Amino acid sequence: MSLLSSPAEVRTDAEDTRLQRKLAAVSWKRRFTALAAATAWFAVAGITLAWPDLGDWGRGYEFALGAGGLAILFALASLVPPPFQRFAGKLYDFAPWGIVSGIFFAVWQSLTAKSAILPMPFFPPPHAILEVFTDDWGKLLESVVASLRLLSIGVAIGGFVGFITGVSIGWSRAIGYWVHPIMRFIGPLPSIAWLPIAFFVFPSSWSASIFLIALAVGFPMAVLTWSGVANVNPAYYDVARTLGANSRFLILKVALPAALPQVFVGAFMGLGASFAVLVTAEMMGVKAGLGFYLQWAQGWAAYANMYAALIVMSLMCSGLITALFKLRDHMLAYQKGALKW
Amino acid sequence: MVEAIETHHSEAALREDKGANLNVADVSHAFALHGALLPVLDRVSFTVEPGEFVALLGPSGCGKSTLLRLIAGLDAPLTGTIESQGEKITAPHPSRVVVFQDPTLYPWRTVWKNVALGLEAQGRLKAERSRVDEALRLVGLSGFAKAFPHQLSGGMAQRVALARALVNDPDLLILDEPLGKLDSLTRISMQGEIVRLWQQAGFTTLLVTHDIEEALLMATRVIVFSDRPARIKADRRIERPYPRHRDDPALVALRRDILGLLGLEASW
Repeated sequence: MSLLSSPAEVRTDAEDTRLQRKLAAVSWKRRFTALAAATAWFAVAGITLAWPDLGDWGRGYEFALGAGGLAILFALASLVPPPFQRFAGKLYDFAPWGIVSGIFFAVWQSLTAKSAILPMPFFPPPHAILEVFTDDWGKLLESVVASLRLLSIGVAIGGFVGFITGVSIGWSRAIGYWVHPIMRFIGPLPSIAWLPIAFFVFPSSWSASIFLIALAVGFPMAVLTWSGVANVNPAYYDVARTLGANSRFLILKVALPAALPQVFVGAFMGLGASFAVLVTAEMMGVKAGLGFYLQWAQGWAAYANMYAALIVMSLMCSGLITALFKLRDHMLAYQKGALKW
Repeated sequence: MVEAIETHHSEAALREDKGANLNVADVSHAFALHGALLPVLDRVSFTVEPGEFVALLGPSGCGKSTLLRLIAGLDAPLTGTIESQGEKITAPHPSRVVVFQDPTLYPWRTVWKNVALGLEAQGRLKAERSRVDEALRLVGLSGFAKAFPHQLSGGMAQRVALARALVNDPDLLILDEPLGKLDSLTRISMQGEIVRLWQQAGFTTLLVTHDIEEALLMATRVIVFSDRPARIKADRRIERPYPRHRDDPALVALRRDILGLLGLEASW
């Protein structure tokens, strides 16, 4: 605290005024940006309310209310005088996005519900998608839970088997001799290619999907764990051996932590691949989950539901990748700033 | 000169119970390279008394580091035997610790946990945690216990590697050009530090180096090796007290002698 406040004490008057002028310029720029965002979102609300819909969609009023609320927030932020702007700091950060997203929603609203320039059932207006969230959230939630359940079981099995396989072929020449050729032959095959076989070999489409997801995760996980273990600096082993380490110590305390950065690359690739398999499997056979919801919505020409499911799906996938990166940052805290997400 | 010899002997007497002896008998070694055998050591024999500080000096790539790996038990010699305390060396043992040219600290461990590595591997860490703090204090890095290796300078990292070796209370400390990659100022201060630690603890020390001056300043004995395959060319005692000065006439004479042995008598 004393470190932070000491420069203020030695600051000269000239420096002081220059700094003040700079701060004032920044605060005016912020207020102007917030005002522009407010205008864009007032326009969204206005278009929604004043221009009659060509079709029959609910939640137009609620959507306008939300847009108006956001506009009022930005408008208030634009009125805040400089000394109090830190209370609305996040809002100023978001304001440029506020302008762009406001324009996007206004154009979207105009081209769909208001003028039907974009063909009608395929391009629902924003409030139709809002309607799906407010009226069909139970079914969506159910689908998310089903998808997450399938995904987590498959990823856990595939990740575990892939990790163990990678460590074994990286460590033992004998295991590598037998497993490596099989992995090279089968691994690059997209897991989806097994789908027709898996669906009649396994007792249910659900267990078949778990197999496919595990396969998709397991291959990149095994390859990258293996390369991580195989590329450990041999001097690390020499050091541990002269200090009295046995093989158990060499694997668990030397090879694995040294390979961990690579393991996380494998997990990232595997998780990405698992999303593709999950959605495909749910569309092709599993009677639950977001992929199934998507397929079902398309079958009923409920395009608003489809877009809603897509939004939920992207939130879910992005959230999972973010969680993986958080875990990685936590476990690899010693090597700051390697791969960004 | 006479005084110096006496100091040396009384120091050795004090430490007699501590260091390990070493008997290298007729050791030859070779590497397989493109199907052919590349000889690196040629019938090397010497013995080291407990508490001695022996420098193994020779041109780069002559096979000195290979000899150290054999003595550490990391590799086995093709022919000949290496014994310590009357027992044949067949595998690494924590009583013989190596400090390598690179500090090879584990980047995922803090300085403290790097130093604790040996005790942890031997299952002694719980009972002897204070030894880790003690080793860090010995090398002057107590304040860096929680730092990660990437936050250290080269000299600090090498001091951590030294602490990681010392924490095991070795009978034989094997130094494989540990100062080779340090800047010259850090190097000079660490030469003094290693000698001080050796004087305090009394372990037998083997130092591989290609720096004549370093050998003369630190060791009680210098063994000079030929080019590859390494053969012993000379074995000289350095009976001078510490701290030594590089302009000491006895050391200057020895230096000229050794340069001559290495075929560099014209250089100065």
